[in-house]
Amino acid sequence: MVPFVLEKANDIEAAIASAAAGGRYIAGGTTLIDLMREEVERPDRLIDINALPLRDIGVDGGDLVLGALATMANIAAHPDVQRLHPLIAESLIEGASPQLRNMASIGGNLLQRVRCPYFRMLDAACNKRTPGSGCAALEGLNAGHAVLGTSAHCVATHPSDVAVAFVALGAIMRVRGPHGERSFAVEDLFRLPGDTPHLEHTLFPGEVIVEIRVPSGPYGRRSRYLKVRDRASYEFALVSAAVALEVEDGVIRSARVACGGVGTKPWRMRGCETALTGRPVDRNVFEEAASLSTLGAEALHHNHVKIELLPRTIVRALEMAGESA
Amino acid sequence: MEPVAFHALKILILTACGANMTNRDLSSGEAGNAEHSPPGATSLSRRAVLQIAGGAASFVAVPGAEAQSASPNATTTVVKGSIQFTVNGESKKLEFDHRQSLLDLLRETLDLTGTKKGCNTGACGACTILVNGKRIVSCLTLAAMHDGADIQTIEGVAQDGELHPLQEAFIEHDGLQCGFCTPGQIMSGLGCIAEGHASSPEEIRFWMSGNICRCGAYPGIVAAVSDAAGRA
Repeated sequence: MVPFVLEKANDIEAAIASAAAGGRYIAGGTTLIDLMREEVERPDRLIDINALPLRDIGVDGGDLVLGALATMANIAAHPDVQRLHPLIAESLIEGASPQLRNMASIGGNLLQRVRCPYFRMLDAACNKRTPGSGCAALEGLNAGHAVLGTSAHCVATHPSDVAVAFVALGAIMRVRGPHGERSFAVEDLFRLPGDTPHLEHTLFPGEVIVEIRVPSGPYGRRSRYLKVRDRASYEFALVSAAVALEVEDGVIRSARVACGGVGTKPWRMRGCETALTGRPVDRNVFEEAASLSTLGAEALHHNHVKIELLPRTIVRALEMAGESA
Repeated sequence: MEPVAFHALKILILTACGANMTNRDLSSGEAGNAEHSPPGATSLSRRAVLQIAGGAASFVAVPGAEAQSASPNATTTVVKGSIQFTVNGESKKLEFDHRQSLLDLLRETLDLTGTKKGCNTGACGACTILVNGKRIVSCLTLAAMHDGADIQTIEGVAQDGELHPLQEAFIEHDGLQCGFCTPGQIMSGLGCIAEGHASSPEEIRFWMSGNICRCGAYPGIVAAVSDAAGRA
């Protein structure tokens, strides 16, 4: 580990001032410590923000509000989360391990780095780690990589599960920085790699996530997260789907569909949503809508399976949601 | 390791061994003659040498780090010096290197080597401990971020010489083979039971999936956790 200075912040403004001057925030640390030990990350100053009062989970004006430092485990187990947005609880429990969920903050979850093996391998080309060095995954082992939103410079998938649920539900994040607060859709946090894959998110220097706000929706229990992977648990998604249906008299009034494991960022499937709206809850309708999910998808050498698996996963998730009441 | 630290380490090891041999040489009169040295020419254990080495490395590295520690804002404080927490019911105040993981602090500084270092990347669960009652992997967190915490390790599970029911259950159900993952499995099992995630074998398998056993003792581990949960 490259030497660094560790600071502790008891005040959010102090934390922001220190981060704006080049410090890196650390909360759960489950990604950062690991990458620092590998010397993939080499911050010279860390700001421990765990003492900041950003851990509350609750309801405000119908919105579910999650403090950025709330842990994955505490959010998944919270009665308000399970009652209002079971999709969020389900997606959280499908991610990581019980130990990591006890450590990782929800803000850190959204900002976690990619799991592309070449990103961690210091002697491999990686434009994310070393801009301009190339992308070893393009000609390497790429079964786990993305089929949507890729570029000639990076094909790594975004690894978060709960981010997929947030994007499906239209969650909003509130951030605070040196110039005050702003709010925007969680979906807009993530950048496509393009020719600048080292720029992963849209936060300005010094900005810290304060909370995630999930608006109330008509979906309730008709929302499911289905994660398909190489093992039954504790593994990243090959393909995942977060779906939510509003159903009245057997007809879909509105739908939300987002997918993980396939995109360079959590991927909202607006085409599928439109194709489901106003149609009956029916497998043929699901298949027709899901077939739109692979428009523009491009396979690499080893991940053709994802293009086959993606619509199937969406169909199965829609069936599960349709069966729930 | 940086050359200066390595040099300091060599000096420390040589000095420590040399001092040890000098005492013996007073009686043998033949410095450095292996025939006259007792088996295990130094009384320093491998662990003690590593602890000295770790100290040397931090002694050399830390001043360099502090030199660049000028904070742009007075209200964030630089973490250094000593840390206080409770380990297995005992209050500890320790000097630390702020780069040390909680795992390394437990093993190398406190000699609590029951907690194992497996992958050191958060993937295997061998280093699982309870911090403020929650199971975590101690390899992926800095000790310096746990000032004031209540920590429980495998060494604190048995009480008054009596094994905990979960430890008994691991023995009864053959929940181990080589034993390397076992402390982590037991700490994770304690967490799993306390969380209420041990009501069926399926649930236990899912909620114990952060702990890998390369011997494949999973059926025994699941049976042990299930059995102990039933007794709790």
